[in-house]
Amino acid sequence: MKKRQVHINKDHVVISIRGLEKSFGKNQVLRGINLDIYQGENLVVLGRSGAGKSVLIKILAGLMRPDKGEAMVLGKNVAQLHYRELDQLRLKIGFSFQHSALYDSMTVQENLEFPLRRHAKHLSEDEIQAQVRESLKAVGLLHAMNQLPSEISGGQRKRIGIARTLILRPQIMLYDEPTAGLDPITSMEINGLINHVQRQYHTTSVIITHDLTCAKATGDRVAMLLDGQFVRVGSFEEVFTGADPRIKSFYDYNFIT
Amino acid sequence: MQKQKRHRYVLSRQLDQFFFEVYAITKFTGQFFREVLLPPYEFREIVRQCYIVGYKSLALISLTSFITGIVFTKQSRPSLEEFGAASWLPSLVAIAIIRALAPLVTALIAAGKVGSNIGAELGSMKVTEQIDALEVSAVNPFRFLVVTRVLATTLMLPVLMLYMALIALMGAYLNIHANEQTSFPAFIQNAFQSITFLDIFSSVLKSAIYGFTIGIVACYKGFTTTRGTQGVGKAANTAVVAAMFLIFIEEMLVVQVINWFRN
Ligand SMILES: Nc1ncnc2c1ncn2[C@@H]1O[C@H](COP(=O)(O)OP(=O)(O)O)[C@@H](O)[C@H]1O
Ligand SMILES: [Mg+2]
Repeated sequence: MKKRQVHINKDHVVISIRGLEKSFGKNQVLRGINLDIYQGENLVVLGRSGAGKSVLIKILAGLMRPDKGEAMVLGKNVAQLHYRELDQLRLKIGFSFQHSALYDSMTVQENLEFPLRRHAKHLSEDEIQAQVRESLKAVGLLHAMNQLPSEISGGQRKRIGIARTLILRPQIMLYDEPTAGLDPITSMEINGLINHVQRQYHTTSVIITHDLTCAKATGDRVAMLLDGQFVRVGSFEEVFTGADPRIKSFYDYNFIT
Repeated sequence: MQKQKRHRYVLSRQLDQFFFEVYAITKFTGQFFREVLLPPYEFREIVRQCYIVGYKSLALISLTSFITGIVFTKQSRPSLEEFGAASWLPSLVAIAIIRALAPLVTALIAAGKVGSNIGAELGSMKVTEQIDALEVSAVNPFRFLVVTRVLATTLMLPVLMLYMALIALMGAYLNIHANEQTSFPAFIQNAFQSITFLDIFSSVLKSAIYGFTIGIVACYKGFTTTRGTQGVGKAANTAVVAAMFLIFIEEMLVVQVINWFRN
């Protein structure tokens, strides 16, 4: 499945990564990464597990600090922000976690209400409820409203997690392995949802994955992360028509298993 | 080829680890005192946590305190009778319960019930990235999760301790009434004859310290959980062990300090 073209504004760089490095002890995970991400595009970061994909988006969201280099998000250097400015920036970023990270002591409804109650204090109770219902309808899970996260399936949790991050209308979406551990049909639904979000809200998205189907279905551009560097950036076809044996083996492995 | 020096410890692996933990918990405690004063204050969450602390341990405390009251009375009787002093029994039991048993037993039960609960809860929130999720949605996880729980355990332990003392005294009364046919007013009068305000105050203070310890240690263990679901069990377990260990050390220190005040 190939994705439909969308309008991307290449004059407007939303995320700019320059010379980013991060190590854990002797483990050099990111070794000087450079990339510009444009307004409105879905950028896929591909790499095998342990490549440092999660570390990269955690740096973008200010959850980790880089050792060197900078990550500029919406014109701000994330690592240098004071915590108040960082919180301001974070409200413009949605983060969809690998395991959804729904608050498991709260119902689905309370999970969605949570960001609104914290950050949209001008809303009335009715408006909050209306917005929660609308978001749940958008991901097709209105009926799960009163259930606990432990009572719904992994795919449903993923969709609720995405709905929760969308509820504050972020300008940027970061997806950590959106399809990992899901069956092919549910994966396809999630891919569709990611594209829908892009078209509907004109968000810029970074999608971290090792799933080539997901990369092909959602990515306007694909960046291949290998040995701590982006070895190739371009459309899905461009990235996988090269002769680099490491990229080729990644491709083969993905479609065999 | 040169032989690689792989691990170098200042003392030994365990000791280094121990001192690192002490340092880290101290830092964690410092962070608590910084964050507790800063808004936003999570009042709703504090109340909810207080309710959980009380609710989790109430049944167990009721049962154990009642039994403690009966058993302690039963066991003290023969030695007092030897001196012909069985009439002092209510007063002796009251002193033992209020000064020593109630704060300690309450703290140990709460460490087991509440400490493991907090350790496991925060540990699983940590490994399933719920703590990161709070942070990226611009909610300070330390204030929202740690400050609220530590305040809840600190406030609730004295309440539970007083409740425990009351139930234990009930147990003691039942036993004394059955053996010596003492009336309830006489029992109460005799029991509180030798209890001073300082006794109650110091037990309340001790309980607050134990509550604080349980909260801090359990939150620290939960917050620093690693290695997936296996780590969660370990966090819950070590939270209980470390809290109990600290409670006994504190008991020793606090009793020393209070005894200075007594004289
Ligand atoms: N907090 C951390 N402490 C130590 N090492 C870490 C930490 N987070 C990630 N790593 C290491 O960084 C590497 C990349 O991890 P990660 O970004 O999670 O990989 P993935 O590409 O699968 O998302 C791994 O080797 C991992 O062990
Ligand atoms: Mg990852």
